[in-house]
Amino acid sequence: MNYSETFKIEPSGEREIVMTRIFNATCDLVFDALTKPELVKRWLLGPPGWSMPVCEIDLKVGGKYRYVWRNEDGREMAMGGRYREIVRPDRIVNTERFDEAWYPGEALITTTLIEKDGNTTLRTTMLMESREARDEVLESGMESGVIVSYDRLERILSSQVAGKRNE
Amino acid sequence: MVVDHLSATFAALSDPTRRLIVNRLTGGPATVNELAAPFSISQQAISKHLAYLKNARLIERQRDGRQNFCALNPDAIREVAEWAEGYRRFWEKNFQRLDVLLEEMKRKKQHIQKGKR
Repeated sequence: MNYSETFKIEPSGEREIVMTRIFNATCDLVFDALTKPELVKRWLLGPPGWSMPVCEIDLKVGGKYRYVWRNEDGREMAMGGRYREIVRPDRIVNTERFDEAWYPGEALITTTLIEKDGNTTLRTTMLMESREARDEVLESGMESGVIVSYDRLERILSSQVAGKRNE
Repeated sequence: MVVDHLSATFAALSDPTRRLIVNRLTGGPATVNELAAPFSISQQAISKHLAYLKNARLIERQRDGRQNFCALNPDAIREVAEWAEGYRRFWEKNFQRLDVLLEEMKRKKQHIQKGKR
């Protein structure tokens, strides 16, 4: 399997970003790694220099979770939300809001795990709460059926930018 | 603020027709008629999409004599590309760590199962 087959980020519909990644482990192990604080703290860190001093998870419908990250230089970043659905070991639905959000409002995150031949596909759908996007839903009937992944768009766009620079 | 630009930009790119228009414009500036040609929707609908893209600063209108052209705005495009790249790298790093953790969890599980026998 090459890299682009195992990890994808692409837009879907009007307000969603879908991320998929394949892991070489069974569903129940991936579910644990996503929901047990002592495990989450070990991988959900982002770039080097960040740690996760707070990771609280109350894994039940209506339960809250809260994550706080801290950089070596003292900067902090935090987010949290509530669980809406938990179906062990293959489905979690939760809200997500950053303390200092870079997008308006809350996002609704749907995580599904599908196991096949000992590998598990993690699929995370991020539904954005965006007024602009919501207005656009009203203008339906424009689906062309062609999805350009961000990945591909990125490549096209960066070659365009490079082309412009070279002009 | 960069963040505000980005949310407008992403909302603009959330529509498949608009992504195709942006795609088309990576090949160079085009007239509204040229942009509308591949789609089975009215030119009026295309104009609406173009206005949306223009508000999000993704495209610019240019005038050459009597012809009206649309072209990509490289600054906005670069912003999106950089954000997407950062987002991708963030998750890539996390998932690589998760790979390592899962291997460790698998070994532990095997160890426990052996112990039970």
